[in-house]
Amino acid sequence: MRHRRPTRQLKYRADDQRAGYLYILPWIIGFLAFQLYPFLASFVYSFTDFSILRPMKFVGLDNYKRMFTSDRLFWTSLKATVLYVLMAVPGKLIFALFIAMVLNMKLKFINFFRTIYYLPSILGGSVAISILWRFLFSRNGTVNSFLNSIGIGSLDWLGSPNLALGTMGLLVVWQFGSSMVLFLAGLKNIPQELYEAARVDGAGRIKTFTKITLPMLSPVIFFNLIMQMINAFKEFNAPYLITQGGPLNSTYLYGVMLYENAFTYLKMGYASAQSWVLFSIIMGFTALTFKSSPYWTYYEDGGEF
Amino acid sequence: MHMARFKKTTKITISYIFLAIIGILMVYPLLWMISASFKTNNEIFSSIGLLPKEIMWNGYADGWRGSGQYSFSLYFSNTFMLVVPTVVFTVISSLLVAYGFARFRFRGKKVLFALVIASLMLPNEVVIIPRYMVFNSLGWLNTYLPFIIPAAFATYSFFIFMLVQYVRSIPRELDESARIDGCNSFRILYEIILPLTKPAIISVIIFQFVWRWNDFLNALIYISSVRKYPVSLALRMSLDVTDTISWNQTMAMSVLSMLPPVLLFFMAQKYFVEGISTTGLKG
Repeated sequence: MRHRRPTRQLKYRADDQRAGYLYILPWIIGFLAFQLYPFLASFVYSFTDFSILRPMKFVGLDNYKRMFTSDRLFWTSLKATVLYVLMAVPGKLIFALFIAMVLNMKLKFINFFRTIYYLPSILGGSVAISILWRFLFSRNGTVNSFLNSIGIGSLDWLGSPNLALGTMGLLVVWQFGSSMVLFLAGLKNIPQELYEAARVDGAGRIKTFTKITLPMLSPVIFFNLIMQMINAFKEFNAPYLITQGGPLNSTYLYGVMLYENAFTYLKMGYASAQSWVLFSIIMGFTALTFKSSPYWTYYEDGGEF
Repeated sequence: MHMARFKKTTKITISYIFLAIIGILMVYPLLWMISASFKTNNEIFSSIGLLPKEIMWNGYADGWRGSGQYSFSLYFSNTFMLVVPTVVFTVISSLLVAYGFARFRFRGKKVLFALVIASLMLPNEVVIIPRYMVFNSLGWLNTYLPFIIPAAFATYSFFIFMLVQYVRSIPRELDESARIDGCNSFRILYEIILPLTKPAIISVIIFQFVWRWNDFLNALIYISSVRKYPVSLALRMSLDVTDTISWNQTMAMSVLSMLPPVLLFFMAQKYFVEGISTTGLKG
């Protein structure tokens, strides 16, 4: 399409420029004051022993050294968090994709099911749901009553270090609705001719899925993966409210550790360093994902911006 | 031929049964919570059935009155005082900024918009400590200003992104012809862009309302006196004392706390689902 590319006006119209800057002015101020400044400040804090209680002193790389060498809780938390992300995110996405594919079979009442499935996504992060989860999965809670009644017997969902993290993961999977809606939209965009051609060629169901559905959906999948990963790495409400990081720190997720260091123990310099480690991890994952998927949005105006 | 149709019917039936089972699993916890709020404490622990033996309203009455100094009337009105201005300012500021990005050519636009996208990826956790210090030095702690003022300055970049996408899909010819008719850019925004952007704006309202309503971490950090607690903090407080207090009260208040977001969702779910599938963020 190179020949159709419009000759770019290199000159900016003065009134256009002025109006443009005026409209985005609120964002410029907000960005500088509430995003860029805090972002840079937290980087500086991470090299200090900053605490709200006393004047701050630069300590060089001490925070980072302490974190990686002598803070056992940091490693416990990091391990739990990575495990949690690896469990919850693929679990949620696979489930969401599967349900989206079932819903895509041109069934009736799709809207009804979609609404029902979406409902938990609206409520998921709330305190009320954490209370509900804590109750449903408590030792004499509803889930165990049900398991007892069908003869499986009760499990210590939140009290056992091996199970508690998984129970948190279930809460994430329960909120699969938002990802499902995205997958459903993606599936609808796959040209039907591709499937027909595959059928003519005699491709089986698995082959159709791996050769057509997955590749065509990959931008949506990658995008979902990034957003869900970021969310999961930051998870705070559920571990803080349901298990308080226990038992035996098995659900002491990164978000809880950051909050406690910063606002309970007031070790704000140290917490800033930890937040930068989290940031680097998230950026690393995101960069990987971005590299593998250069396109995931479609613009009506052909990218002319 | 007959066989094929039979196979197809079976497949569809199985799909429906499967979808129904998943649906029940999805809503059962919520229904159970509603039912528990009408049960006695004993019954909550002893039965998994959804129908209470006898409908008890005292979970609601006593729960609303609260265990401490304040009732849930205060906590709910606090939440509205926090959420409503935040949502209003988010809509106004994000629309202005989105319009600026989508419709004007100015130096450095690409870089600035890249910064909007980049801040989308910036975890709150990284900036929360310096932000806390800024709000502290401005004397804004224990007020709702840490929520409202950043909203007025379009700090929730997700919504800018969402609205830019939407405004860009509106044909430029519409504002060009208005411009020829002598409309200034603000009138074009007000009379042409705004009405056409309505679905996206409704999505912004719903998303921001639900997220602020459910927000717990920021409230926990910025709000310290019980008199100013939003519902999320009040619920947490009741959770801390639940060992001695009735579970049915906690359940009742939890149910009420979920009501505004759920009602909003049902009222505008068309936009909700559209919003999430066109911009495809978060969840």
